[in-house]
Amino acid sequence: MKYPIIAAGLFAFGVTAEAQDIPVLSVMTYDSFVSDWGPGPQIEAAFEATCGCDLQLIGAGDGAALLARLRLEGARTKADVVLGLDTNLTAAATATGLFAEHGRTGDAFDLPVVWDDPVFLPYDWGYFAFVYDKTRVATPPASFRELADSELKIVIQDPRSSTPGLGLLLWVEAAFGDKAGAIWAGLADNILTVTKGWSEAYGLFLDGEADMVLSYTTSPAYHLIAEDDAGKAAAAFAEGHYMQIEVAAKLATTDQPDLADAFLDFMLSDSFQAIIPTTNWMYPAITPEGGLPQGFETLISPDTALLFPADEAALVRDSALQTWLTALSR
Amino acid sequence: MADRAQPLGLWSGLFATALVLAVTLGTLGAVAFRAEGVLRLQPSDWAAIRFTVVQAALSALISVALAIPLARALARRRFAGRRVLVTLLGAPFILPVIVAVLGLLAVFGRNGLVSVALGWIGLGPVQIYGLHGVVLAHVFFNMPLATRLILQGWLAIPAERLRLGASLGFTPRDMFRTLELPMLRATVPGALVVIFLICTSSFAVALALGGGPRATTVELAIYQAFRFDFDLSKAAALALVQFAIGATAAALAYRIALPSGIGSGLDRQPRHWGIGHWALRVQDGVVILFAAAFLLTPLLMIVLKGAPGLFSLPQSVLLAAMRSVLVALASAILTLLVALPMALLIQRSRGAARGLIETAGYLTISASPLVLGTGLFILIFPFADPFLLALPVTALVNALMALPFVLRAILPALRDTEADFGRLADSLALTGMARLRLLILPRLRRPLGFAAGLSAALSMGDLGVVALFADPARATLPLQLYRLMAAYRMDDAAAAALLLLAASLALFWLFDRGGRMHADT
Repeated sequence: MKYPIIAAGLFAFGVTAEAQDIPVLSVMTYDSFVSDWGPGPQIEAAFEATCGCDLQLIGAGDGAALLARLRLEGARTKADVVLGLDTNLTAAATATGLFAEHGRTGDAFDLPVVWDDPVFLPYDWGYFAFVYDKTRVATPPASFRELADSELKIVIQDPRSSTPGLGLLLWVEAAFGDKAGAIWAGLADNILTVTKGWSEAYGLFLDGEADMVLSYTTSPAYHLIAEDDAGKAAAAFAEGHYMQIEVAAKLATTDQPDLADAFLDFMLSDSFQAIIPTTNWMYPAITPEGGLPQGFETLISPDTALLFPADEAALVRDSALQTWLTALSR
Repeated sequence: MADRAQPLGLWSGLFATALVLAVTLGTLGAVAFRAEGVLRLQPSDWAAIRFTVVQAALSALISVALAIPLARALARRRFAGRRVLVTLLGAPFILPVIVAVLGLLAVFGRNGLVSVALGWIGLGPVQIYGLHGVVLAHVFFNMPLATRLILQGWLAIPAERLRLGASLGFTPRDMFRTLELPMLRATVPGALVVIFLICTSSFAVALALGGGPRATTVELAIYQAFRFDFDLSKAAALALVQFAIGATAAALAYRIALPSGIGSGLDRQPRHWGIGHWALRVQDGVVILFAAAFLLTPLLMIVLKGAPGLFSLPQSVLLAAMRSVLVALASAILTLLVALPMALLIQRSRGAARGLIETAGYLTISASPLVLGTGLFILIFPFADPFLLALPVTALVNALMALPFVLRAILPALRDTEADFGRLADSLALTGMARLRLLILPRLRRPLGFAAGLSAALSMGDLGVVALFADPARATLPLQLYRLMAAYRMDDAAAAALLLLAASLALFWLFDRGGRMHADT
């Protein structure tokens, strides 16, 4: 059992030695992107096949931790590209002045909204939704009000510690505005519990502890494609669904600006985009030529896409949190 | 005692204490230094502080109250499987939070065993979510630790005293008053404090079982300040509040705890007299059965869930497990290297200095993992690549996190050793390394083994502190577990959890057993 460690050591050593000859591009991203079960390994191989460089993916917690870490590192950061922020974070990220404009025009994004951010480029997106088990919930609620009136138990994530949790907060805010407080008050008896992150919540749901869990409309695709289980579905809500758009940008301090641009080109190319659906379980920002993988056509596609523009999202966030805390602490 | 020559006393002890302070208060200072703006605590922060203290105090009191009869039953009964049970008692404590919570809910949740059983007799499911759920989970985590700490005390009552008591016709009640109560007076306050401190920095458990934002702890508020608002000054201020709560509790315990002063013996296997009465037997049997059911059923659920996937785990998970074992071993050694000199320093100090050093020894557990990790990152980043240091830093931080438990285990034994054999050793002019080698280490073998096992096992399960350092290429087992969950692979994650549980227990058992070699119990 010693050998894998020695091999790993030699391998790590080999990479360092090799790295002196070819340029290195550091892409800082969230941890689940670089994990063996995320898009990272395939993307690294695909980019390195063409770039003549060493692509180093650096994982740092989740999206919010990513921005916090970048702020700690400041201008001294070694990262050339940051990948994995979402539109709730881009206003704060832009304000740090650490990012450079991408200078691209004319990309035909397949997003439900118009994209014109001069700094950040989207690489994938999805809708938040409540996922349920068809064998346990025969008629899912078709709106927040129906959910509030039902006896169904849901598990959600805390907006203070989790990206989907924050997404739900903004979803209710975008759909109901001033009436958000009343909706939360109505949902209070449906909320079984609030978890720190997505994994805990989804684990509770799969264990049958809750009837529905806050996740993405694409979650059932995982169960269908990877597990051959067609039993999970997302409930379509009449108010529309809030979106998450995941983005990347080049850092102003990069010493590899051309390579960073090449990576952003690659990110929007078919080879990157085709990896996304079945590794990150999100919609690609530009549908690759081969279309979406089989199984994605079974997913619900909301009629109304809700999304606060980046600057507005930052503004409504604090008051929405207060509304949520007040309604649920009663 | 303070003026007596002590082995390895002063300098290594001071160095160890300085290291602890640097990592706890130093990292806090680094975060505060990087902060911009002024601190302000809002009403919601005060609510979080209140909830934190209440749930931690309840959890500590209930854990220890339940642990005392269990420890006594385990100390005075011999039965098949006792040793296994004592080892398994280490398990809940070392599990990653997410695994333990899912295991616990498999028993007490809406869809858990208890609810299903209640359903058969026509009753509704258990309502676990709320303050009582948080306390239940914390008791599940910490009662075993309290039991082990108190059991150490029970086993340290010399056999001669028990025999003397028996020959004087002591009833169990007399036995309790003259022998057991002083022992409890020495061990219980320390156990209360460590559990209180563990529970103050709880966050994921409190949230998941608390049922909503009412269950906000200080640690969650720190998390919010750091991630949601990137308000470092507030994160630092809240971390300071957490330290203050911890230091107050530690100081309080220091005042209450008294050395047992039972006197020494010849280390014969303790035998208990006067416990043959059927009522006492039934009482002990019921206590052990209930405790075992409460603690082991959730573990069994974790085993059942993880077993199917255990042999098809990807190689990267196995590699991560090996990495974690190495980190755990390093961390166990480091803990002892820090704890032993510190314990010797505490033993030779007196008065306020002693209280301060002992409090410093507790500090690491009330450090906010997030602030500690961030502070280390700020301190290390200008000089070195945090990724290259990922595993050493993990080992060091884990070692320091285990320090309070380790000190708890070592200090009473050290105190007794000096009280019982110190004068003899002095008269033989046994000082320095010789005293350490011939007297202290042999006498401390059992607590040291327990402490090293605890430290190794804790380190196996840790994730929180060094998330900022987590190197994707050198992931530890808990990190891989979370990654599997994040990739929807809950079955693989369950298998990884079982592997983690098994590896932690194996490490714990090895050290604990090593410490008990040549000892009769």
